[in-house]
Amino acid sequence: MSVKIGNAPFHNRVQDGIENDFMRKAVSSAQGRFRSGRRNAAEELGDWEDWRTLGEEIRSHTLENIDFYLEKLSDAVSNRGGNVYFAQTAEEANQYIQDIVKRKEAKKIVKSKSMVTEEIGLNAALEEVGGEVVETDLGEWILQLDEDPPSHIVTPALHKDKGQIRETFSKKKGYEKTDDPEELALFAREQLREDFLSADVGITGCNFAVAESGAITLVTNEGNARLATALPDTQISVMGMERLVPTWEDLEVMVSLLTRAAVGQKLTSYVTSLTGTRLEGEVDGPEEFHLVILDNGRSKILGTEFQAALHCIRCAACINVCPVYRHVGGHAYGSIYPGPIGAVLTPLLDGYDDHKELPYASSLCAACTEACPVKIPLHEMLIRHRQIIVERENKAPKMEKLMMKGYAKWASSPAAYKLSTKVAKPGLKPWTEEETISNGPGPLKGWTNARDFPAPSKQSFRSWYKSRRKREESE
Amino acid sequence: MTIKKRERFLENLASNLGRPRVQKVERPQYSVSPQQNVYRGYSMDDLMDVLEKQCKAIHTDFINTDTTNLGKILLDTIEGYNGNAIITANDPRFQKYGIEDLFDSLRQDGKEVHVWNSEKGKDNQVFAESADVGITFSDITLAESGTVTLFNDKNNGRSISLLPKTYIALIPKETIVPRMTQAAQIIQKAYKEGHAVPSCISFITGPSNSADIEMNLIVGVHGPIKVTYIAF
Repeated sequence: MSVKIGNAPFHNRVQDGIENDFMRKAVSSAQGRFRSGRRNAAEELGDWEDWRTLGEEIRSHTLENIDFYLEKLSDAVSNRGGNVYFAQTAEEANQYIQDIVKRKEAKKIVKSKSMVTEEIGLNAALEEVGGEVVETDLGEWILQLDEDPPSHIVTPALHKDKGQIRETFSKKKGYEKTDDPEELALFAREQLREDFLSADVGITGCNFAVAESGAITLVTNEGNARLATALPDTQISVMGMERLVPTWEDLEVMVSLLTRAAVGQKLTSYVTSLTGTRLEGEVDGPEEFHLVILDNGRSKILGTEFQAALHCIRCAACINVCPVYRHVGGHAYGSIYPGPIGAVLTPLLDGYDDHKELPYASSLCAACTEACPVKIPLHEMLIRHRQIIVERENKAPKMEKLMMKGYAKWASSPAAYKLSTKVAKPGLKPWTEEETISNGPGPLKGWTNARDFPAPSKQSFRSWYKSRRKREESE
Repeated sequence: MTIKKRERFLENLASNLGRPRVQKVERPQYSVSPQQNVYRGYSMDDLMDVLEKQCKAIHTDFINTDTTNLGKILLDTIEGYNGNAIITANDPRFQKYGIEDLFDSLRQDGKEVHVWNSEKGKDNQVFAESADVGITFSDITLAESGTVTLFNDKNNGRSISLLPKTYIALIPKETIVPRMTQAAQIIQKAYKEGHAVPSCISFITGPSNSADIEMNLIVGVHGPIKVTYIAF
């Protein structure tokens, strides 16, 4: 298990996305709302560019000294009664967590939304050892009931409509009411309360860990992460190794950037900072706490030209402005990290072999770079990926290589060039109607599927230029 | 407690960064500090206005009163929430502001008022789960975002502001600061002075909500469905 989801080829995934009318409408309206939310929140601050600069400086300082800060963090967590496990791979992380679940004889495990546990395929690993895993974020719960992967990192069930959700609830949980979102949510609240109260283990991700004091901070809206950490006696938090900040003062800046960039909120409903186990006399909170710090390919990115990709705080601002994501949706990326950051990160974490198309799923318009609250140069990284794919990995598609060779030959021969401009017009005649082509042949089809193509002009530029010069000379 | 497989992991990071492990790192002076400028120079009244306005955005009822009327306003709010079972933190401020008398009179009216009692263990959670109203004081209040900050401990369980259907935060005016920046400074300072950081610091901004179904805002998901702030 890795970041990769599904085995369908890239073009099929894209086609599926493009043909999914509901998903495309949902994505475009979501993008509009996320984007205006982010803009308003940024405008209100007045000096958003300074905030971005500060965010970038904090992230870059942290990553430059990541070994130092992780050491501090693990000491601090341990001092507060927590156990820390450094996992090099997904397998190591899963194994460690499986062992805890087995030792605790845990039957029910509640999870709050976490991309990193999706990344390592933790749910499947837990089910292997007989644990019942319940996703408690509303969107994640819907997807779990429907056995569907997430399509957005902030609103994972964006691709589903309320009718489908109602259907899922009724099939899997005997829901009988309407498709009114409030009613659906109330049903989830009632169902999941039972799970929270009977759970043996709570599992969370981590938005930011504070190295100095050992606080694990969770940024949420629904309250499920609070329940998952307040009620069960054992808490396991899993964090990508880069998800940390040096101090509380850095934490608050990053949280301010995250909530604004993600959803345009000044703060989300709940920002919860948890340090170690519950203290003496406390009733809420875990008596046993484990922090799993995960590498899983991240360390390979350190010290390379892609290091800034590790600055990502998973706000999805780049996804919310991306014109390509808008049309193909999250599943087309074949990775749990979609959109521009997904296209940058996925090949780095999981290699180019399965993901060599992703850096091309971009128009290089740079909207992502401009939206990023920590100034990751996303579109530049995508160009660099393309360069590497063609030059170092030699993974350009065969067809493309052949065509490039052919093009080089053709374009360097004046006779061939002249001949093609001459035959283009009559050659395309069968498809031409009133000087436009609406249903072109061969490679033109990809273009004319969506828009008309102008028919080649009767006269080539070179012949027009020649006759004009003749006219001038004769005048 | 245990730390496992750390050395190998950190050595690898240092080596990929192309240097030996670092033993000491100074937090740098960053080039900008926009967080310090938000609402700089605002008076308490100005901040109160900011807070009141923000409460509208976060679907939270806001009442600005004084210590004399606090009890009456709180009673009205509890009644508005059909509060028959009420859970509160075990906080000396309830006595200081005369609210304990209010709780006594509610009890005489046949309502249940449960004060968090760490000796009763999980029974506290059981009560909270079926309670109509949870009540706590705010320890630091952030005007910008409309956030109450709770330092949860053995007298102020996390469940009080989480499990009941509704939640009431009592906000002493002197707890109001511009934004999270000041809260972080307070927490950091306490840590530097050797105080243990609470096992849970909850920043709560209105009722729980979700936009997971077709991006419709749903107010009230796993946490409280309705929230009132009473500033005094």
